Amino acid sequence: MSASVVLPRAAARRAPLPSAFVFELVKLLSQWRIRLVLAACWLAPAAFVVAVSGQGSLPTDTVFGRWMHATGWADSLVVLAFSCTWALPLLTSLVAGDVFATEDRLGTWQHLLVAVRSKHRIFAAKALASLVVVLLLVTGLAASSIAGGLAAIGNRPLVGLDGHTLTPVQAAGTVLLAWACVLAPTLAFAAVGLLGSVVLGRSPMGLLAPALLALLLQVAQVLPLPLVVRVALPSQGFLAWRGLFTSPVQTGPLLAGLLVSLAWTVVATTLAHLLFLRRDFTQPAHDGSGRRVLLAATLPLAALLAASVAVVSAVTPASGSGVDAPGLERSLATSYAHLYRLQSAELNRPDVTEAQLRTSAACDKGGSLVEDRGPGSDWRCVVSWHIPGATATGSAIYQLDVTADGRYVADGDGPKEVNGYFPVHTPTGVAPNPLWQLDGSVDLLDPHASKG
Amino acid sequence: MGGCPAVRARGIGKSFGDVVALDGVDLDVPEGQVHGLVGPNGAGKSTLLGLLLGLAVPDAGRLELLGTSVGRSAAVPEGVAGFLNGPGLYPSLTARRNLAALASLRGGSASDVAEVLDRVGLDEVADDRVRGFSLGMRQRLGLAAAMLTRPRLLVLDEPANGLDPAAKAQVHRVITTLAAEGTAVVLSSHRMDDLAALCAEVTILSTGHAVFSGPVGKLLAESGDLDHRVRTSDLDTARRVAAGTPGLRTVPGDEGARQDPDTLVVRGPEPVLDDLVVRLVGAGVGVRELTPVVAPLEAAFLALTDVEPDTYEEGEQ
Repeated sequence: MSASVVLPRAAARRAPLPSAFVFELVKLLSQWRIRLVLAACWLAPAAFVVAVSGQGSLPTDTVFGRWMHATGWADSLVVLAFSCTWALPLLTSLVAGDVFATEDRLGTWQHLLVAVRSKHRIFAAKALASLVVVLLLVTGLAASSIAGGLAAIGNRPLVGLDGHTLTPVQAAGTVLLAWACVLAPTLAFAAVGLLGSVVLGRSPMGLLAPALLALLLQVAQVLPLPLVVRVALPSQGFLAWRGLFTSPVQTGPLLAGLLVSLAWTVVATTLAHLLFLRRDFTQPAHDGSGRRVLLAATLPLAALLAASVAVVSAVTPASGSGVDAPGLERSLATSYAHLYRLQSAELNRPDVTEAQLRTSAACDKGGSLVEDRGPGSDWRCVVSWHIPGATATGSAIYQLDVTADGRYVADGDGPKEVNGYFPVHTPTGVAPNPLWQLDGSVDLLDPHASKG
Repeated sequence: MGGCPAVRARGIGKSFGDVVALDGVDLDVPEGQVHGLVGPNGAGKSTLLGLLLGLAVPDAGRLELLGTSVGRSAAVPEGVAGFLNGPGLYPSLTARRNLAALASLRGGSASDVAEVLDRVGLDEVADDRVRGFSLGMRQRLGLAAAMLTRPRLLVLDEPANGLDPAAKAQVHRVITTLAAEGTAVVLSSHRMDDLAALCAEVTILSTGHAVFSGPVGKLLAESGDLDHRVRTSDLDTARRVAAGTPGLRTVPGDEGARQDPDTLVVRGPEPVLDDLVVRLVGAGVGVRELTPVVAPLEAAFLALTDVEPDTYEEGEQ
């Protein structure tokens, strides 16, 4: 008589996370769509910058656009500004917005689950692979635009958004920091892409979730929403990097943008994870989408937005639109003083300091019948300054077009010695007059501003 | 062989909301056996295969795979592999890359990849993208992927789906070889001829219940009296002879008979059919064909599952 002893076998081991991650990365990078986008991100910005360097006109409606012929660092910032508007949300759509849905389309979920044997690891591997590809895309945009700018224009000083000059080394550091800062909202949009991909299954709406969110937020930016709502939107981080190019740095909007982006990243990723774990994969016809799942995904995000608004309202001095006469006057006077010194250097005039100039500005919106608050193209400011040794006070009039995000373009009108002509004749040739038109940025969360 | 059964299921139940997919299903599959799973659409085959692959956990009952009890965590033991609802391949990757990725997940090697590709006859297209593969090639690659981890229990959903006769023969050869090496194979198929050719035992599922589980021979014995198509040289005489044969019933209005005017359909046990042939020959009627209208295994299936023949088609998905 014989007896067989049966030893219990251990449960099948889960696939190692690094292997699952590499598998997901290979799958992503094998898609022609991703390869095409990667190539575009690494080549197109440089090509764009080189093309612009050979043209007479500049994209002055884009922040830093008017400095594209002055320094290569401005070229990278123009690409950054454009990327923040559309490119980055679209890129996250293409990558993170499809990373789960593609398994539904290919019918490979059960294969993957049997191979990896852990929903947690599948989710982690997909999220990490998406993150790496998104980072590769953003790195490509940054590297290509910087390389193109430096090659086509050169490593020269950069004029900031308050007119102060950054040395090439300072410009390099700040431009890299600006690209790093937009990673936060990019990751927030990528997390929304993951969530859309999990929630909407094989529907193309999942693929479009970050792009649709970006479109919604673009619309929100042109609506007369209160500042606390604007700052609490996940797209705030795509605007806040501009605050790095003022002195002092506009830390309020920057921190708010980073924290809101971080919150959206964590909440959307956690939601995607939980909904993914709840999904039943034994029914191939069902891709996990449904009204209840959709609600489970959107309601927490709506709650997060409400909570963000409440927190921003409580901890910042933000009120109304954030754009008012005192803020504009401070910003314009500072910019003017910095740019006056730049112009003096270009024209070989004796240098003066900002303290000597004692620049001030007086702004009015739309005449006496309109309250001096809010964005609009009807701001009119008179800038006054003192020249050492002269008894008369210089003054210039600027028409300001102020947008809701605090950016403004000031268009000067005399005197002719200061901003009467677009070109100025410098010892090295003809250059754009820095005081003819100038870009500025109001700190919407200026701690000096009074609340209420 | 002779160790613990590869699959031992007792009273397995599984529901999705109000829908009962499996209700008290028992299943025993010893090592080295090819076990067929058959049933009409919605019978619970995919759910049962999903439980065996660890894609879900049963709501009720006890499931042991390779001697290990499968708990609520759905962690099936090492040594279980297979596919459900298609082989699950990535079209943008080559055949080799698909398998290499799987090998890296499950701890296989490059030589294992080459070996299984050779076994399923895909070594010559190993570096082609799966995008260009036919359905049959994908099925074979799916089988290769399942074999990659040298499984002790192989779970296959419609493994011969879309295969041409040569490829089907190759897949059958691979499966029988695996079984001979001790691997238990549980496969589902709508094709009764596949099951008859491959399986030692079958389980028939109907609306979540196992209505039969056992050897194929036993199933054949349960098939009862079958309808047979009789084609003769003289239909009128044959009809008279059939009417006078004790224990034989002529089936009226049969589809096949209507299509072929030289054919009549009769029903009766085998000895009575033998008697009919003797009587026909005695009456000078040439017997050109005597075949079951429906294959015996299929007839048994149809009888056990109450599926009408015209609502069940072989090879349906």
